[in-house]
Amino acid sequence: MRSAPSRRGAAASEHVGPARVTARGLAVRHASRLAWALTAVDLVVEPGERVLVTGASGAGKSTLFAVLAGLLDPEAAEVTGELAVDGADPRAARDRLGLLMQDPDAQLVMTRAGDDVAFGLENAGLPPAEIWPRVDAALAAVGWRYGRDRATQALSGGEKQRLVLAGALARRPGLLLLDEPTAQLDPAGGDVVREAVTRAVAGRRTTLLVVDHDAAPWLPLVDRVVEVRDGGLVEHPSGWRPTPRTAGLALPGGSSLIRSPDHRGSDLTNGGAGGAPLIRSPDHRGAAVVADGAGFTYRGTTTPALAPVDVALPAGRVTAVTGSNGTGKSTLALLLAGLRAPGTGTVLASAELAARGERRPHRWRAGELVTRIGSVFQQPEHQFLTGRLRDELELGPLRSGSGSAAARAGAEELLERLGLTPFADANPFTLSGGQQRRLSVATALATAPRVLVLDEPTFGQDAGTWRELVTLLAEQRAAGCAVCTVTHDRDLVAVLADAEIAL
Amino acid sequence: MTASLALGPTPDVPLSRINPCAQILAAVVVSVVLLATLDVVTPAVVVAAELCLLPAAGLTAPRTLLLRTWPLLVGGGTLAVVNLVLGDAGALGALGIALRVVGLALPGVLLVASTDPVRLADALTVHWRFPPRVAVGSLAALRLVPLLVTEFETVRLARRTRGVEAGRNPVARARLLGGVAFTLLVGAVRRAGRLATAMDARGFDSGVRRTNARGSVLRRRDHLFVAGSVVVAAVAVTASVLAGTWAPLFVGG
Repeated sequence: MRSAPSRRGAAASEHVGPARVTARGLAVRHASRLAWALTAVDLVVEPGERVLVTGASGAGKSTLFAVLAGLLDPEAAEVTGELAVDGADPRAARDRLGLLMQDPDAQLVMTRAGDDVAFGLENAGLPPAEIWPRVDAALAAVGWRYGRDRATQALSGGEKQRLVLAGALARRPGLLLLDEPTAQLDPAGGDVVREAVTRAVAGRRTTLLVVDHDAAPWLPLVDRVVEVRDGGLVEHPSGWRPTPRTAGLALPGGSSLIRSPDHRGSDLTNGGAGGAPLIRSPDHRGAAVVADGAGFTYRGTTTPALAPVDVALPAGRVTAVTGSNGTGKSTLALLLAGLRAPGTGTVLASAELAARGERRPHRWRAGELVTRIGSVFQQPEHQFLTGRLRDELELGPLRSGSGSAAARAGAEELLERLGLTPFADANPFTLSGGQQRRLSVATALATAPRVLVLDEPTFGQDAGTWRELVTLLAEQRAAGCAVCTVTHDRDLVAVLADAEIAL
Repeated sequence: MTASLALGPTPDVPLSRINPCAQILAAVVVSVVLLATLDVVTPAVVVAAELCLLPAAGLTAPRTLLLRTWPLLVGGGTLAVVNLVLGDAGALGALGIALRVVGLALPGVLLVASTDPVRLADALTVHWRFPPRVAVGSLAALRLVPLLVTEFETVRLARRTRGVEAGRNPVARARLLGGVAFTLLVGAVRRAGRLATAMDARGFDSGVRRTNARGSVLRRRDHLFVAGSVVVAAVAVTASVLAGTWAPLFVGG
């Protein structure tokens, strides 16, 4: 029943050896935009070389990645100048490319790890007898610690990316192209990915191009760094270090972070592990929201998602919630934001914030909630409800009973403040990641809530957006807002947090 | 939180050793007989035979069994009641109709319980030349279902943070649900687009004839399984004729 496999497809894998990339005067314009995303890119990457392409959000990194990977739809973009991978157009040389992109769940195909790595080899028409040894070799090359039968569903984000990398390597690509492969992972997951990439390129059998705004963690791995700036590339000298994003940051209200070891654990829940500096939590008097022994267990599970904790969010302070994955940080944010009822204990707002005499935020109506507690989710797109930025910012105020004139004026002001006025009539889904993040924070601020709860607001953001977010939150603090942020970001905790709850 | 919904590999049960193609063929054989008659004896024999396979599919615990079959039981039951009350088939006729529904649907329940989706796709592409675009594409899409369930909850909560809530008004509830579904759909389409890009990048559907790493083999037991289904069908018809209840739907003329 099985016919002899055709060898045509296997041809790709016969071209062994790292690829050479050359770009001369490369320019790209998306059909939907007037301005050119890239105007004059000149780049030569020698076979086996490892290059990091960095740059600010919106500088054109993603466009460069797309054109290098041959992913640009010729109908949707105008490309001029020269670009070649081993002398051929990238679209014709796609069999020579291995890609690793951001979303691990949008790159795995099969339910078992081994099958997923085999997928690309089946597509190349390799006979089954040759497939499995290559699958095993690719898994070994990325440091895979489980068997072939491991279910892909149960893997962590970092391990999923490791598997995707194995799937790319199995096809023996001449050029490995990575597009912000750690942007959706926590720091531990990012380390897993970089460790896997380090192993994968150890023999220099493939050329490596990493596109990432966060340059620092890749520096030990790459030979040189180029930066996308003003539509072209700037070569950084060896030994270059990115400017720390905290440099020169002057925050309103100032940070009153207390790092005294004397206070270690005195007022904190769960002791806090991992040697993180523990900070005295301010007393509960004057707190806008207080959680008292609040815990949560999801239906159908036996282990609690959040073990009971005590948290107070005082007005005019920033409280950071930290801890490793699976400790219930996001669940705590949902309880404090009035989005879920605590399974154990209580979450109570101050008497001043009470609505109709009700102090339990989860009992408030949505219209009452938005003027009291604003929330910002990890994925901005989950919170967008309209087709225009302007409407998006007017929605909350309108829902909470503001007049349309007031809502419009508020929206204009926020657009101006966040530099989003040029996009006022654009669809929120068409914005860049950094712009979407700013917009999602702005939608929460539009109703001027007294409490702001954010889940990983700086996740995957470049230095510019990071500084804007930090400044924005500091302003809210100075205005007397109680800010609570769940975060893995040590820089954020260092510059902004007045108290840290380590779960 | 959605651990129970995770679509991992299906656990190995005795029926897993029967090739999915053989299972489908057997289902077709008994379905033809079920569709050809309106009596009660034929479906009774077929359903009895199918019930014998439940343990082989690992469906022994009443709870799991009920969880997998309740829609089918409700459907069959409703049909029976409707026919009893409104039709002129009588009690036996109504029972026959309910049994037919159960008999038609049970092979599907058995297949799902015993067959890993990957093996099903392998069998369909290898033996029946299903286009990989369809078979493998479906597999990739299936992986995204549990993610959708998790996202549903997130999107629902996200609406509340924007001041959008339905309260007790059923119309508002339906509209809200529609909005959530639309957001999910947009997200799913975008993710599917990214997945398609990733699959293209690994050479999927690039015009090269695809091989199958796992393969799919039809063994003696698969032929016996299909033969078994023919025997069951024959026994059912014979029993029905002997009992004098045989009532073919289409009488040749």
